[in-house]
Amino acid sequence: MVTLGPFLKRELRLLARQKADWLNPVLFFIIVLSLFPLGVGPEPNLLRIIAPGVIWIAALLSVLLAAERLFKDDYRNGVVEQLVASRQPLLSFVLAKLLANWLSTGLPLVLLSPLVALLLNVDMPSFIVMLLTLLLGTPLLSLLSVLGAALTVSADKGGILLALLILPLYIPLLIFASAAMEAASMALPYHGQLAVMLAMLLFALALVPVAVISALKINVS
Amino acid sequence: MRAIFPIVDSQRPVIKHQPFSVPVGQLLLQAQLLSCIRQDRVLFEQLSLQVHAGELLQVAGKNGAGKSSLLRLLAGLAAPDEGQLLYCQQPVTDVATDYAANLCYIGHQSGIHEQLTALENLAFWRAAAELPPADDFALLATLGLAGLEDIPCHMLSAGQQRRVSLARLWFSHSQLWILDEPFTALDQSAIAMLQQFFLQHLTCGGAIILTTHQPLSMVYDGLNTVELAYRW
Repeated sequence: MVTLGPFLKRELRLLARQKADWLNPVLFFIIVLSLFPLGVGPEPNLLRIIAPGVIWIAALLSVLLAAERLFKDDYRNGVVEQLVASRQPLLSFVLAKLLANWLSTGLPLVLLSPLVALLLNVDMPSFIVMLLTLLLGTPLLSLLSVLGAALTVSADKGGILLALLILPLYIPLLIFASAAMEAASMALPYHGQLAVMLAMLLFALALVPVAVISALKINVS
Repeated sequence: MRAIFPIVDSQRPVIKHQPFSVPVGQLLLQAQLLSCIRQDRVLFEQLSLQVHAGELLQVAGKNGAGKSSLLRLLAGLAAPDEGQLLYCQQPVTDVATDYAANLCYIGHQSGIHEQLTALENLAFWRAAAELPPADDFALLATLGLAGLEDIPCHMLSAGQQRRVSLARLWFSHSQLWILDEPFTALDQSAIAMLQQFFLQHLTCGGAIILTTHQPLSMVYDGLNTVELAYRW
């Protein structure tokens, strides 16, 4: 097992050099959410009702925006091919990609959630649940988008294909996350939805890295 | 950990004194009756070859004859349509991890990220080869890249990028090197240095499979050539 450290350092360094890769999705998230109150009107109750769905749809789309380029450069310049030839480091490479993807697209959404709560008039109990769903849900978004990116890496214009491929996988997450937030806003128990999200996350965590490695191998052969 | 000793002669880069896993003269890699079909075109069929430790195999042939495809088969990146590949007399599919650990494949693409500097790219490949981090300034200087260590690789010329890419061979512990067009974009002095380094690797018991359109200027004892004909 190759150590993860140097690989993660490389990914973070690349993110620091290619700021558009992670700034664009984050800005997209903020822009969409700030446009909603303008579009549907600033009525506080209406905003509170639509908030769960809107927040999560914006999160899904912004993560999708970051997904396409994940493996593109490394595929084009032969890094993926040469890592596949040497086999051993592939798992560390994939895990570093996953972690860097979450740190650059998932974590900013979590950090921005207070601002989002303010924009959409989310009250305190719902805000805490929103934070929890984002903490549990964004790693799952990263896992699925890395999988989609690995599957479509050799497709020239893989953007639409990628969206078609992974948006259906996002839907269970969308349903349970917004259901948890709605339940919380009505002061109902929401632990069931969170538990399902945690189960989905753990399931994906166990299987996705293996699937990504296979997808990369198929794409270079 | 295998020791790496610098040689006093400053013209020569560091040389690795290390016993490879397969002794000199023994069969390292054997291909039996390989066939490769790409887009309904048979590139080659019934191709058999052997590589012993200490040998250099040059794959020659016209553009499109299937040289790169053959190299990718030998590197285990693609499966042959027919035939099989043996590493130390065992099917490569059974000993895939051992084979991959003893192999250094540098393909058509350089394997370096343009946004990273030469040092950062080498640090990545060191980590990928499970080697401890080391100071690569001296290595880059021997490769004629002194002063360019901290510049993102997209600012370097094609030949300089190729040098960064090949620098990996200098710290590789793999016995078998599979190199697709290693001399592309290199100038005469770099080609001479690289060939000198190939000779060292072969004398240490390593083996090399490469494709090139340039004739090899050095005299190698264990040089074999496979010529692939272009077929319709």
